[in-house]
Amino acid sequence: MKEHIVIIGNGISGVTAARHIRKLSDKKITIVSAETEYFFSRTALMYIYMGHMKFEHTQPYENWFWKKNRIDLKKGYVSNIDTDAKTLHFAEGDSLKYDKLIIATGSKPNKFGWPGQDLEGVMGMYHKQDLENLEKHAPNKEVCKRAVIVGGGLIGIELAEMLNSRSIPVTFLVREDSFWNGVLPSGESEMINRHIKNHHIDLRLGMNLKEIKSDENGKVKSIIIQETGEEIECNVVGLTAGVSPNIDFIKDSNIETGRGVKVNRYLETNIPDVYAIGDCAEQHEGINGRRPIEAVWYTGRMMGETLAQTICGNKIQYNPGHWFNSAKFMDIEYQTYGWVFANPRENEAHFHWKHEDDTKCITICYDTTTNAFLGINTFGIRMRHETFDTWLTEKRDVDYVINHLSEANFDPEFYSHYEADILLAYNKQLQTA
Amino acid sequence: MSNKINHSMSLAKPDALDITNKQKIALAIGIIGLLILTLALFNTDFPNKGLFLTLALGLISGGIIIYSREAYLSKLEGIKNDGVWFKSISSRGTWGWIVGVILTAFYIILYFFPKYLGLGTDGAENTGLISLFDPLSKLLSGRPASQWFVYGTLYTVAILAFGYKFILKYRHNRYQQLRTGSVMFFQLGFAFLIPEFMYVMNNDLPYYDLKSVWPLNYYIFDEWSVNGFLSNGNIGLALILFGIISIFVITPILTYKYGKRWYCSWVCGCGGLAETAGDSFRQLSSKKMSAWKLERWLIHTVLVFSVVMTVAMIYTYLGYDKNDFWLTRGVFISLVIGFLTLVFAGVMYFKRQELGKDAKYGAIGFFVVIALLLIMHFTGTTNQIFYIKSGALRSAYGLYIGSIFSGVIGTGFYPILGSRSWCRFGCPMAAILGFQQRLFSKFRITTNGGQCISCGNCSNSCEMGIDVRAYAQKGENIVRSSCVGCGICSAVCPRGVLKLENDSMEGRINPTEVLLGNDVDLMDLVNKK
Ligand SMILES: Cc1cc2nc3c(=O)[nH]c(=O)nc-3n(C[C@H](O)[C@H](O)[C@H](O)COP(=O)(O)OP(=O)(O)OC[C@H]3O[C@@H](n4cnc5c(N)ncnc54)[C@H](O)[C@@H]3O)c2cc1C
Ligand code: SF4
Ligand code: SF4
Repeated sequence: MKEHIVIIGNGISGVTAARHIRKLSDKKITIVSAETEYFFSRTALMYIYMGHMKFEHTQPYENWFWKKNRIDLKKGYVSNIDTDAKTLHFAEGDSLKYDKLIIATGSKPNKFGWPGQDLEGVMGMYHKQDLENLEKHAPNKEVCKRAVIVGGGLIGIELAEMLNSRSIPVTFLVREDSFWNGVLPSGESEMINRHIKNHHIDLRLGMNLKEIKSDENGKVKSIIIQETGEEIECNVVGLTAGVSPNIDFIKDSNIETGRGVKVNRYLETNIPDVYAIGDCAEQHEGINGRRPIEAVWYTGRMMGETLAQTICGNKIQYNPGHWFNSAKFMDIEYQTYGWVFANPRENEAHFHWKHEDDTKCITICYDTTTNAFLGINTFGIRMRHETFDTWLTEKRDVDYVINHLSEANFDPEFYSHYEADILLAYNKQLQTA
Repeated sequence: MSNKINHSMSLAKPDALDITNKQKIALAIGIIGLLILTLALFNTDFPNKGLFLTLALGLISGGIIIYSREAYLSKLEGIKNDGVWFKSISSRGTWGWIVGVILTAFYIILYFFPKYLGLGTDGAENTGLISLFDPLSKLLSGRPASQWFVYGTLYTVAILAFGYKFILKYRHNRYQQLRTGSVMFFQLGFAFLIPEFMYVMNNDLPYYDLKSVWPLNYYIFDEWSVNGFLSNGNIGLALILFGIISIFVITPILTYKYGKRWYCSWVCGCGGLAETAGDSFRQLSSKKMSAWKLERWLIHTVLVFSVVMTVAMIYTYLGYDKNDFWLTRGVFISLVIGFLTLVFAGVMYFKRQELGKDAKYGAIGFFVVIALLLIMHFTGTTNQIFYIKSGALRSAYGLYIGSIFSGVIGTGFYPILGSRSWCRFGCPMAAILGFQQRLFSKFRITTNGGQCISCGNCSNSCEMGIDVRAYAQKGENIVRSSCVGCGICSAVCPRGVLKLENDSMEGRINPTEVLLGNDVDLMDLVNKK
């Protein structure tokens, strides 16, 4: 009999693993998911609500793809894993045997025990069901007179943009005193604050949620702000204060868990033949300055690519290259390559340049002792991943990077270039420093 | 854990976004303009036609301009696709179908029943809609309007007004603005004004839109056309030479350097209309694999048809005897076959690898054409080819491809099939340019390492139905014959993944399995081929 590989979770991690296992082998593959029949792109959820796309457009593969590649799909919710009998038990009552199991169950939105957090009209924004919930409670500005978003991260600002697209007034509570400034250096974070306000979003910095109040039908009526005691009437509350691994159903199995499913560098759990990848996996120790849990698209994909090798007999470690990521803050695109922390660490300095139109800026982080280039954040200017990856590998110094910045430009043709301007600012800074 | 299994998987269709009062007024203004044209169509005899025509076109353009200013200038610069899949007109809703039916009906009348538009036949005066355009036609060229003049004027107005809208929509994107300015310029100048002025200078010259290249301009080598040019001395000769140079010299050079976009997205009138008036429908093109398969069969069949038809046309008016003119039927057929064989052999020799499975289809196509030409040569008589009257082939092409496919389906079905269905499924010019773009061009869409999040915005916006995401999520450059280089995929990508570029041919096609960002050894291992 062919070895049976069962994957829980049809997100990017699970699907990438399945695709690569299929490429490398003839094993029997089953993907289990409780969320949707077919793989869709979670990152595109916002565009469905905004009307840019329909749900089917977010599916990266046509429906025939799975059969053609002999990947079985099963819809069902795994309630329990019996690692001794190598069997999954489903909430629907049936069960499934596996030879090797890959846990790729992703994340779930954080809830911090706020009073009223389970009322009707309160939702996270992670699963497709959350989107359906939003569609129900905020179809337009007549039904939803105001929405309050709690938590200023990447998903929070996407939710703000979504609601904005339907002209629903938004109050955006951000705990930090500037948007996402745990990650972004202040120049950038403040630019995004202004951009959010330019979109007529009621941005409340340094504010926390105290409680959510209910009307007589168990629906959201208003929220209270901790700091000021102010009550804001609203019909929808979006909870976007981060995500955490979606592993509650594993907690009483033999599989070791911490915040996520604990894995080693081979993405193996403590139980033989059980692996975990993607948002739900937690490394014992962060790799090369990375966090132990990396809840982003690319890392899920990379873990899938890697694990497929191991499962198909070519055992290799998960060994990601230079860090990169990207996002979009309303109209401003953001990319990052290498490490730029909100505040320079020891022996680090930042060079910051901002365009006068207040929608473009870059921050370059470098080592003050060696002058080595460590990373770049770029806003409103697209840059080439490959170029920075090469520069980081070659350990170029910051002068080299600034002088060759135009090689990394990835903006569409005929766009204005800012490299000369950036160089000028850089030289000026050196003179005054 | 909040896995809500029992929820329905369908998303209710939300209400379309409201338009503002100013936009409602703009719509009303445009509709009044259309109303004037409709009244003229039903034979209302306007007293001062010049005034009413100006009024009609002015109101339509004005309506579009006010509407788009309100839609885009009141917001910050950025991607403006909110609600396109909610609005009835742009999501194959009732309005989409209504507009589709009206457009299609208009094309059918235009091509087959121009008398209902008021075309005066046998020297009679124009009436109805066409007569409304008489003053403008007389102003430009001194002759009364024809149905084609009416069509050309409306076409130009559409490209100009919707072009303005498009420029506002993409006012953060220089590439979009420049190429739209370019198609507006070529439509107004080359397709509309210059032919009229050429007529004024020399009224025997056939209509010649200089930017329209064979095989799109399939009638340029017709006997009447060639005679028309040749009987006009040097200027005529120069024009027909320009026609030949356009396809054999200018086109290959520009396509090599810039890809087919230099034509399809910067010059061409069909493309121009699709990009401007058709912009709201771009997302409707099918991205399915099956549509791609259909596309490749259809467009290449049309190409074969147009090549054989043109050769046959020229063939019929060439003589048998060397003494009349050096180019006899025999010489001509040999030249054509020789040229095609050269191209075929060259491709097979240099590009066999890249073509992969497609090589087989290319070979079939090639041999079909050669066989057809030989059959024609050896069975043809003075007035028959393929055992039918020689003109019949040409008429069939004009009817089925020139009129029904490019006009009725290509444009009439914008709201159903998307804006570029003619360019994608039918245009033989696009097929030739695409063939070259795929094999001998510096153009490609570069993907940015591992940055793609598979969101699908690019594929959704591709009017040519290319599943851009399928490439981007593999970190593979997009080198597709059908890509017209409109650049919208790049514009809408929220992660800055796509860049249209002209660069060296080396490494242009770069299939990858493991993307940049992962373990370098793993990338080496898996991607080495
Ligand atoms: C709105 C939004 C925007 C985002 N944007 C970006 C972005 O721009 N860039 C970026 O890098 N990242 C982004 N992310 C994060 C990214 O989407 C995730 O990192 C990624 O989807 C995680 O993939 P995964 O395969 O690990 O898990 P998931 O995609 O979460 O898939 C896990 C699947 O497993 C199912 N499942 C869980 N438990 C069970 C069970 N017990 N039984 C059966 N099925 C189960 C879940 O229902 C889910 O379908 C975004 C996330 C969200 C929510
Ligand atoms: S692939 Fe991109 S540039 Fe090419 S036609 Fe499609 S949208 Fe336009
Ligand atoms: S739009 Fe960009 S991120 Fe989205 S699928 Fe296309 S290339 Fe990838």
